[in-house]
Amino acid sequence: MSTLTEEKRIELEKQANQIRISLIDSLLEAGSGHTAGPLDMADILTVLFFHTLRHNPKKPNWPERDRFVLSNGHTCPVLYAVMAHAGYFPVEELKTLRKFHSRLQGHPHRDFLPFLETSSGPLGSGLSQAVGMALADAIDVGTKSQRRIYCMLSDGELECGQTWEAAMLAGKNNLSNLTAIIDRNNIQIDGYTENVMPLEPLSDKWRAWNWHVIEIDGHNLEDIANAFDEAKAILENPTVIIAHTIAGKGVKEFERDYRWHGKPPNREEGEMAIKELRTLGGKIKSEY
Amino acid sequence: MLNPELKLNKKLFDKDVEQIPIRKGFGEGLLAAAEANPQVVGLCADLMESTQMHLFREKFPNRFIELGVSEQNLASVGSGLAAMGKIPFISSYAVFSPGRNWEQIRTTICYNNQPVKIAGSHAGVSVGPDGGSHQALEDIALARVLPRMVVISPCDAIEARKATLASVDTKTPVYIRLAREKTPVMTTKETPFEIGKAKIFWESEKPQVGIIATGALLHRALMAAKKLEKETEVEVMNLSTIKPLDKKAIIALAKKAGRIVTVEEHQIAGGMGSAVAECLVANYPVPMEFVGVRDEFGQSGTPEELISHYGIDTSDIINAVRKIIKE
Repeated sequence: MSTLTEEKRIELEKQANQIRISLIDSLLEAGSGHTAGPLDMADILTVLFFHTLRHNPKKPNWPERDRFVLSNGHTCPVLYAVMAHAGYFPVEELKTLRKFHSRLQGHPHRDFLPFLETSSGPLGSGLSQAVGMALADAIDVGTKSQRRIYCMLSDGELECGQTWEAAMLAGKNNLSNLTAIIDRNNIQIDGYTENVMPLEPLSDKWRAWNWHVIEIDGHNLEDIANAFDEAKAILENPTVIIAHTIAGKGVKEFERDYRWHGKPPNREEGEMAIKELRTLGGKIKSEY
Repeated sequence: MLNPELKLNKKLFDKDVEQIPIRKGFGEGLLAAAEANPQVVGLCADLMESTQMHLFREKFPNRFIELGVSEQNLASVGSGLAAMGKIPFISSYAVFSPGRNWEQIRTTICYNNQPVKIAGSHAGVSVGPDGGSHQALEDIALARVLPRMVVISPCDAIEARKATLASVDTKTPVYIRLAREKTPVMTTKETPFEIGKAKIFWESEKPQVGIIATGALLHRALMAAKKLEKETEVEVMNLSTIKPLDKKAIIALAKKAGRIVTVEEHQIAGGMGSAVAECLVANYPVPMEFVGVRDEFGQSGTPEELISHYGIDTSDIINAVRKIIKE
């Protein structure tokens, strides 16, 4: 049974679309940055920040808040867009992405944007930090809070050995307050993951380390919300959600092409993308 | 003569001077820190007894985390715990932490500004028979180049205990360098210790050379000073905090003595002597000699054999003093 009402689902769909538009806008201004991952993670982060996560943008330091760790820091344009639309800072500020003195550094840096739980960029270390956070609450048994720890990972960074060091530790300690989400978009800088370094069978790998595994369509908002709920109900293991996504989702010309991993659209491509997004790929008339 | 104000061990120059491994001071300090502060947690990568963390684990099993052989994870899990308000001490051999996990320390601890305390044991050639692979000679350089990192290389077990306790109250990452073998105890419980403050252990009225030493080799620097007593007046400084550097004390010593010899169980490149040179070149340039390891790796042997072989023994310090006076 879904916790997502049809009304809420439609609201989230529009929100995710707006976030895609905002992140393309910010990439156009920046003139550099990553496009494919942010586009395909927009649905997951929208559900997380506008439905699942216990947080308060007006009180970012609320101690009982859930923690969100972005391990694949290069996808920060989508995190920034989500945070801006959630109310952490003005949407207008997204245009400062990657600029000198901007709070929106090319890879997330807490010194500049204190609402971030971690600074990130170098791949493979986010899950370890999330495990540390989950352990901190596990140590304080009795005073254990309701807060949960979420960690977003890319599939490419699963090639980092450190990810598996962290997975082993979380499995050993049965960290049920921890949920990892993998953006399984099958691309990385040098090509398709299964050509660069095969990751399959991916779900078996996590099961082997004592994780509860959920595989979902990473663009189905209901599936995403349900997976987060299922993870909360698992009390014996940490949960990993393998979210199958389409790289560059939302803009047909960018979809499934690894070359969009690490480059921004130029002006013409950006405007085309925004036009496409505004009509939800031709499904609706532009609302703008 | 020994500085009477510091209440140093009176048996310091005796043949039967008490010897304790510096890492033991860390183990005892961690236990004391944990008793005083419930937020202190200990993380270990399959080297519990080697890093003396077992003392802490016996008393606080719920605050002890065994990660197995995974030093990269060690650093970043420590960062996550610190983000939730814990005061994590992570321990391993210095070769692995901050060696193997340097980037994780850079990004997830220092760049992230999380006050993780890193204890790197088995530093220096005095590790002995284990051989060069396990003798960290680069860790001071690796740690001190990182913004926000405090770097402490205690001279004996008592100072290591004090450094461990003092590091709890710093809001920054700290690296504490430890040694494996038993080394002479030079200080006492009453000897003052403060992070960032260098102390003159051996004083003289008109020194011709200032010797600055860090870690257990300080004992050999003091032995050198005593042997040189009738020949050359020197002062000997214990520079246990390498970062932040006590520039005032170093410049004062350079002004008083006019020549500086640095002594460390570390590569000369990038180590404590380099830090002193960076300070003096910019503020008060004087002739310098560096006693340290000269761009090579260690090997198996007894600590005494290795300290002699790599040119960081008492006689090498005396030779450096004589050389710099002649020049």
